[in-house]
This record gives sequence, C-alpha cells and structure tokens, in this order.
Amino acid sequence: MEYLLEALNVTKIFGTLKANDNVTLKVKPGEIHAFLGENGAGKSTLVKMIYGALQPTSGEFRWMGSPVTIANPAAARKLGIGMVFQHFSLFDALSVAENIALAMPGDFDMAKLSEKISRVSKDYGLPLEPTAIVADLSVGERQRIEIVRCLLQEPKLLIMDEPTAVLTPQEADQLFLTLGRLAREGCAVIYISHRLEEVKRLCHNATILRHGKVVANVDPTKETASSLAKLMVGGEIHVVRAARKDKGGAVRLKLEGLNLHADGPFAVELKNISLDVRAGEVVAIAGVAGNGQSEFFDAVSGERSLPRDAMLLIDGKPMGYHGVNARRNAGAAFVPEERLGHGAVPGFRLSENVILTRHSSDEALVKSGMMQKNGASGVSERVIKAFDVRKGKPDPEARALSGGNLQKFVVGRELDRKPGVLVVNQPTWGVDAGASATIRQAIIDLARQGSAVLVISQDLDEIFEVADRIAVISRGQLSEAYPSSELSAEKIGLLMAGEHETREMAHAARA
Amino acid sequence: MRLVLEKRAERSTRMALLSPLIAIVLTLVTGGIIFALRGLDPLAALYVYFIEPLTSSWSIEQLIVKATPLALIGAALGVSYLANVWNIGAEGQLTAGAIFGSIIPVYFPEMQTPLTLVLMLALGIIGGMAFGAIPAFLKNRFSANEILTSLMLVYVAQLILDWLVRGPWRDPQGYNFPKTISFTNWQTLPSFQVLPPSIGPLYVNLGAILAVLAAISLAFLMGRTLKGFELRVQGVAPRAGRFAGFSREKTVWFCFLLSGGLAGLAGICEVMSTVGQLQPGISPGYGFTAIIVAFLGRLNPIGALVAAFALAISYLGGESAQVALGISDKTARVFQGILLFYILACDSLILYRFKLIGLSAAPVESRA
Amino acid sequence: MNDQLLSIILTIITASTPLLLASIGELVVERSGVLNLGVEGMMAVGAVCGFGAALTTGSPLIGILAAIAAGVLLSLLFGFLTLTMISNQVATGLALTLLGLGLAGLIGESFVGQPGVKLQNLDIPVLSAIPFIGPILFGQDLLVYVSLAIVAGVSYVLFRTKTGLIIRAVGDSHQSAHALGYSVIGVRYLAVMFGGGCAGLAGGYLSLAYTPQWVENMTSGRGWIALALVVFASWLPWRLAIGAYLFGTITILGFSLQAIGIGIPSQLLSSLPYIVTILALVVISGNRALTRANTPACLGQPFVPDR
Repeated sequence: MEYLLEALNVTKIFGTLKANDNVTLKVKPGEIHAFLGENGAGKSTLVKMIYGALQPTSGEFRWMGSPVTIANPAAARKLGIGMVFQHFSLFDALSVAENIALAMPGDFDMAKLSEKISRVSKDYGLPLEPTAIVADLSVGERQRIEIVRCLLQEPKLLIMDEPTAVLTPQEADQLFLTLGRLAREGCAVIYISHRLEEVKRLCHNATILRHGKVVANVDPTKETASSLAKLMVGGEIHVVRAARKDKGGAVRLKLEGLNLHADGPFAVELKNISLDVRAGEVVAIAGVAGNGQSEFFDAVSGERSLPRDAMLLIDGKPMGYHGVNARRNAGAAFVPEERLGHGAVPGFRLSENVILTRHSSDEALVKSGMMQKNGASGVSERVIKAFDVRKGKPDPEARALSGGNLQKFVVGRELDRKPGVLVVNQPTWGVDAGASATIRQAIIDLARQGSAVLVISQDLDEIFEVADRIAVISRGQLSEAYPSSELSAEKIGLLMAGEHETREMAHAARA
Repeated sequence: MRLVLEKRAERSTRMALLSPLIAIVLTLVTGGIIFALRGLDPLAALYVYFIEPLTSSWSIEQLIVKATPLALIGAALGVSYLANVWNIGAEGQLTAGAIFGSIIPVYFPEMQTPLTLVLMLALGIIGGMAFGAIPAFLKNRFSANEILTSLMLVYVAQLILDWLVRGPWRDPQGYNFPKTISFTNWQTLPSFQVLPPSIGPLYVNLGAILAVLAAISLAFLMGRTLKGFELRVQGVAPRAGRFAGFSREKTVWFCFLLSGGLAGLAGICEVMSTVGQLQPGISPGYGFTAIIVAFLGRLNPIGALVAAFALAISYLGGESAQVALGISDKTARVFQGILLFYILACDSLILYRFKLIGLSAAPVESRA
Repeated sequence: MNDQLLSIILTIITASTPLLLASIGELVVERSGVLNLGVEGMMAVGAVCGFGAALTTGSPLIGILAAIAAGVLLSLLFGFLTLTMISNQVATGLALTLLGLGLAGLIGESFVGQPGVKLQNLDIPVLSAIPFIGPILFGQDLLVYVSLAIVAGVSYVLFRTKTGLIIRAVGDSHQSAHALGYSVIGVRYLAVMFGGGCAGLAGGYLSLAYTPQWVENMTSGRGWIALALVVFASWLPWRLAIGAYLFGTITILGFSLQAIGIGIPSQLLSSLPYIVTILALVVISGNRALTRANTPACLGQPFVPDR
C-alpha cells in the first residue's frame, strides 16, 4: 500500500457552483500534506467530503488502495480519519471529558476516559483537565480538546483546518511539535492553511487549489513563499502600499483608562485600556481571538455604554456615556466583525441596510420619523458603484451577496460618510483577495485624508499591510502601541501571549 | 423517500403572497374530508360553513361585528410578533379593557354625554395597556418569559372579571345573574349606515371603523416610519438592532402597550355593542383567535384585516352549521387550529423549497 | 385534625402529579433544544382520549394508553412542522395548543356529564394500613409512582448515560452535534415524542384520577404552568419534582382556604396558582446565575443542516 488516501476525479456541485472540480490527489502514511488555497478555493469542501460530512457529486475516494464511500463522519472515524475543524465542534456547557466521550464510539466509562484523557494529552504536550467546562477555556485549550479527541481514536489520518488561525505563534510552535511527532509515528496529516511560511516549515507535500481545481502539487520546502502565493492566486498579488506620513495629526479617538466588566459568564473583562488614535494614521489591534476584541468593539462603538464619560473621547468630546448613534453623530463610524446579523440585516434590501447605521446621522434618510426611500437608494447606489459591489438584482437582500461583496458594502456604507473616526473589526475576515485589497486600500486612503482609523484584526499580514502603529490585546488588556516598523512578528507573538501583562505586573510590584 | 428543505437565496415574494391562500385551500380540503367522514355531503357542508355567511347583508353585518375585535387585536399582535415580542395574553388584556371601560357606567350610570363614550373607550385602551404593561415590565426588569406571564394573566383577568360581576359590580336588579347593569345610550357604540338601502342597507358600529383606522395606521407605521423599521430589525436581527442604536426594552414596552391597548379597545367595544353589559364570557376567545389572524395576515396589519374576515366566517359558519347540519359549533375552533398549522407549514416555503430525496438514490448520487 | 391533614396531603399529591408528568416531558424536549409550547393542547387531547377510551372499554389502563398515544400523535404533528418544515417553534406550539383545545372540545362533546372510570389506588396490602404514612406512601394510584419513576429515570438517563449526553449535546450546540455525525433531527423527534407522551399522560391523569370526568377546558392552564415549572427548575429533574409539588401544595391550600370559608373572594384563591407562577418566573429569571448555566443554548432555534 503506497497511498493511505486517494481522491480520484472528485467533483462537488452546490446548486450552480462547482466547489470542487475534478480533484485528484494522494496522501501517503506519515506525510504532512498541505491543502493550500484562498478562501473559497474549495479546501473546506474537499476535506468535508473526506470526513464524510458531505458527499461528492461524482468521483471516488480510495482508502488504503480500495474504493470507499464515506457516508458520514462516523464512518470516517471508523476508517481512522479524525478532523479538527476551524470552527470547533464543541459543546460549551459540557465538560472536556463529556465532549470527548461524544466523539467516541459506543458507551463509555467516565472515570476511565478521564484518566486516559489526562495521560494522552500530557503525553503529546497538550495538557487538559477532564472535568473543566469548555465555556471556561481559552481558544487554544479548546483546540487541544479537538486534537485529543482525534488522538484517542488512534487515527491514521488527521485533518486540521486552519489550526493556527486562532493560536499565538508560540502555541503554534507547540502544535507543530505535536504534529511532527504524529507524522513520525506514521499518522498522515492533511493541513489546510493559507499561511505560506507555516506550510514551508511543516509540510512534506502541498496540493494547491484554485477555484475548486487542483492547480499544482509541489514540495513546499523547495518553493519560496512568493512562488506558492503565485500558484494560489494565479498571478501577481496586489500589495497595498502604505504611503506613510511622517507624523500623525491631532488625537481624534482617545481611550483613557477604559474599564468594562464582563457581561456574561463567557465574556472577557476589559481592563484599563488607554490608546490615542491620531488624524492621518491607522492603528491596528492584534490578538488571538477571544481575548476581548468583541467586547472592545462594543465598548468603543457604544453598543455598551461605559462607566465614565471621559473613558472615551471623540475629537476631544467625552462620549463614554453616549450610545452608538450619538457617537456616529459625533463623526465616528463602525464596522463589526459579523456581517450578517450584526453589520447588516440578512433579509433586508441593501437600501434598507443603509438606514440601519445612518438613520440618525443622515438627514436625507429620515425626516421627522419617516424613512426616505429615495435617499436610501441613492446612498446604496453610490456605495455599490464606489466599491464595485457585485450583485444579481438592482437592490438585493443582504444575504444574497457573497461574503466579499457584502463586506465591501458594509465598509463602503460607513466610508461613504467620510467619518472622522473609523473603527473596523476584522475588516477582511473570510473575504477573497480582490475584495480584501479594495477594503484595505480604502481604509488607508481614509486615514490619509485626515481621519483616525482603528483596525482590530487577527491577521498579522493584514496588520502589517495597513497599520502605522500596532497594539496587542490579550485577556482584555491592551499593550502600548508600537510603530509597526519597530515590531517583529515574534515580538507580537510574545505580546499576544500576554508578555505586557507580566511586565506591567512586575512594574507594579517594583513600585 | 425523504423530504428535505433547501434554503432559497432570497425570500420568495410569490410564495409570501400564495402561502395564506394555499393554507386556506388545504384547510377547506381537510374540512371536506372531516365532513365526509361524518357522513355529510362535503360540498354542501362547506357551503353552509363558508359561503352562506356571505350571502345576506344581515350576515355581513354579523361578520363585521365578529371581525372587528379580531382585526383590532390581530393587527397589533402581528406587529409585536414581527418584532419578536410574544404577547399571547391578548385575551386577558381584552378582559381588562372591558373591565376598565365599564367603570363609567357602573359608578356613574347617570353620566350620559358624548364624553361618556370617549371616556369609556379611553379607559378600555388604558386598561388593556395597564394589563399589557405587566409582562413588559417583568420581561425588561427580570427577563421573565413574556409568553408565560402574559398567558397566566389571562386567567387572572378572567377571575377578576368573575369576582366583579358576582360581587361588587353585580346589578342589584339582575335576579342574581352575574352581570352589571345594562349599558344604554352613550354607554353603547353608535352605528353608521355605510351602504344605502338600494344596495342593501349596511350598518357598522364605531368599533369596526376604529379597527380599519387602526390597521391603516399600523400599516403606515410599519412601512414608512423609522419606528416600524426599528421593530422589523429587532425581530429578525436583534444584534443588528443594537448596532443601529435601537433599544430592546423600548420595543418590548411599545409592543405590549400597543397590542394591550388595542386588545383593551376591542374588549370595551364588545361590551359596548354586542354584549351590552359586563358579564363573564364576553369573548369567545377572540384574543387567542387573533393569534391566528396575525399569522394568516402575514403579520401585516392590512393582512390582518382580511384575515379577520376569514376567521369571522369560521365563527359564523360554525353557528349556522350547527343549526343547519347539526355539526357542533366546536368544529370552528378545530378548523381555526388546522388553518394555523397549514399557514405555518406554508410559510416555510417562503424561505425554503422542497426537495424529495429517495433514500435508494443517495448512494448512486455519491458514486455516479 | 390528623384526618384533615392526611386528606390535604393526599389531594396535594394528586394535584401535583399531572404538573410533574407534563413538565418532566417538556424538560427532556427543551434539553434537546426544542421549545414546545403545545403542552396545554396535548394535555387536553390526552385527557379527552383517555377518558373516552376508558369509558368505552371500562379499563382505566387502556385509557392511560390512549392518552399517551394521543399526546404522541399531536407531538409528531408539532415535530413535523418544526423539525422537518423548520417552522417557528413558538408559533407552532401556540397552534398546537389552539388545535388541541379545539379538538378536545369537539371529541369530548358527547362525554360531558358522563360519569368516568376512575383509576383505583394501589393500596399495597399491609403497608398501606400503616396509619398516616401508609396511605401517603403506599396507597397512591399507579401514576403517582410512575411519575416519580419517570423523574428518576430522566435524571439518570440525562446525566449518567450516553443517550442523555447526546440529548444535552444536541440542545447545547446542534451544529457541533451534527458535525460529530449525530442526527440532530432524529434525537429531537424522539425527545418531542417523549414530551408528547408525558403531556398526554398528564392529561389522562386529570380525567382518570384527579377528577374522573370530562369538562371542557379541564386542563385550565396546567400545561402552561408545566412550561413555567421547567424554567423554575432550571432544567434539572429533581428540582422540577420539588417545584411541581410546591405548586400542587399552593393550589390545594387555596382550595382548602376556600372550603374553610374565610373572607377572601374565591376567585382570588383560584388565581393563586397563576400568580405564583408569575412570581416564580420572576424570581428565577431575575437570577441569571441560576438560569444561564443550564439553559440549553439552542433552545427554540431551528436547525437546518447544510448539504
């Protein structure tokens, strides 16, 4: 048996979309095999079929040389295929051991299972407490549950979907050690990523997908990051150039000692956050997901009001007590992380979604309590044109747009107001390369015209592309903001892991 | 074979319009089957039930009388449900409105001016609002489930009514019947002739006119104003509602005061017209049937106006079927329940489309 | 005095049992992530079918079975709409209640005023002869013991077996459960049917044991109180049992006070259970720590598997 898993001419069609087009690839035992591709290239669809969560429209899979139909995830697990999803399939209200028991076949003995979890997790350098409730764990710890869950079934093939997207660089290093050890023990790993350096470092083999098709199969160690990128994108990548100004202007957004208690059992408390964002600059906040970014966004946008008015100032005016509309009227604009259901109402037309965030700041949209539909359509068409939002109908519902086009609309809706302060959470999360470039350029352009821009992002590449200064959020605390030229990825990694907290504690201890 | 639903990219406008009609047709078919099972000629029975009530101007007047409270309450409930506020205690708010409005004739029986009429209607609205305010307050202050609290208050309101008409408010000359004194003159609703005798004279009372006005105003509110926009956003995307700076608490208050107020108005209109006095059993469950009206009307105020007629027919048809065919008038409630089920099922077709999957075909599909 | 206390305790037990039966079923339904507001309707139909079957056959046991079957059938209707057709659970539950009450009224029309068949007490020999304690512990009807056995069973299954773990998992995150290969819809159908059976049984208890007769609207809001009890018990079976007996006690105390004839209007005493329900909801819902921890995260949310 030369190959553990083979996919032969596999095609998957959703409606009119060919998510995978005649894909053929082979994975050897003990090999770390990368699936590289942009968002929407078809990586996730492909692995979901390997894991039995989806069925191919045509084509076949072979497992250890013989054809198989992987009818469902249980069948996949029976074959020896384990998968760690990008979005974890965990149960917040259940304990670590219960979460793992759910993935094991047959009945279970909780005491025995707990003992085994402790042993195996320690063995592979991923320590876990079996009785802990998932809701109380960090993202990194949650990923460990997923991995241990797979390891307990002694898999022959482990699928990892963008595992490092949620990890600090140091946590990622630990993960690479674990994966390397697994491979040496003969387990094959399918590693999905779009992080080229990682793939070069870790993987033995790489299959590159573009628009659902396999475009190349290469040895990543013999490639350069840019040659891999070229294969992924299919041409030269458009790099946003941040034409730096020498010095920022006046402070337009000021946070001073911002504190906010956690508003639920699973939320993060914000502790003593101070930051100045000046006219003409882009400040980025880096950090691993779940360290208080969404709480921070709610606090800055005014979706939750602050305990003191002077904790947040817009153009010098204290706005801490004021709600989101008052802050908009003071010249600020906000773009949340979640497009559907937060930034836009899925079942509403684009013109109605214009009213959503601009009803209080635009007199042309609402007159004495009455909606002005013509005004709204006008704004909507202007945004669609300026940002090249592609759509099927003249004024479609928000949910009918693709992720990238909707994000362009949601960002464009705010930029159209020429806000003095813009706060964006994850501006290009899950967005294709073309739309990303447009959005990033628009953000930089806004700053160059004299606005203050604050970007919250988990994507370090994006942060280095747009930011003049970078701060890092970790467990609800914000580091100092450093000029981006003075920061290395490694330094950011240490900050993400909470280095500044310990340093501040040390300061406090000395004082 | 297996039935699965597939999500549509956008809402289907065609299905949104067709779904209530399909539901009504399915209900009629089901009704026909039930009649046939009972050994009746289904077509004749359906005729008595659903067509006869439309044949004379007298029964059309009766229809309007029955449709009035349904439309008043149904329109407001539709607005609330659209905003994801689940007031199902309209029957209790109706009762509270009837009680509050009756304060005037019970305590000031001599007061007989146009002001009496206005005061009674206003007190009816206030009574319904006050009773609706309780679940709203409990929801906002303690996050107590408004479905359960508003429903519990129905029983409380009915027991209060029962106590009043058997106790302090009982008509001393009423031979111990549980009722207040009869309402007269300005204590009852005036009627207006809306069609001349040449067409067939048609009289409607003030309540019906108020119901039409309420439906039109609510339709305007929902379609044109920022307030309506706010309510719609909160119903489908609460997080987006917060992002737009809309207050959830205010919405809960607004919906309960609106639907409570209109239910109270419906209640006082009932005792000021059809019933003519306060007594137990002033409503044959209008507050609950209005839930069906709201859904059949697609949670749209004008839709509720139309749907109120459809359900009024089932009430009236139930009565005439009992006389003509010996079918229990309770059949009407079963029809109403079945209708609501069909509406809800058909509503799924607005967002989803059906797909039948043969189990045997599945592996073929995956290996072909 | 002792006799009076004894008879009050005995009526409390029979008043609490239907609440307990209906709410324990709904607890399982809600643990699986489904909110079925149709308990009142299923109870009503259970009551009338149980009564009718017992009347026709003369056997209360067949009545009980008929009540369960009626509840299950109605719950399947609810399941088909909410799980297969993905309709709104709140609205569909209301529809089920309206339909159930209507159906019960129609079916029961000919039963009004007829004497019913009573489910006899078990009266375990010797033991039930023990004064005071005997009749309470050993002299109840079958369903009293069954209701407590169901609570014990549900508690065991939910927290000690894999089946229960799966039910809780489906209620906590249907996406994750689906990703792990569990049939979310299948688990929920079974839970909904269990809830329907329990609600039907609760209705049957009303018309066969509590007051062996058929009166329209005899459920008088008990289905809704059962729903409130589940919240009150924060989705824990034993707390539910305590809650059901607490409510039974309050109802009966109201009646007893009425019987003694103190100067309080009877309507006020009759409204006691409803007012207490509201108060209980307020006390529990206001306490976030109590409710949040156990509230199934997917409660009431529709599940559409992506294919």
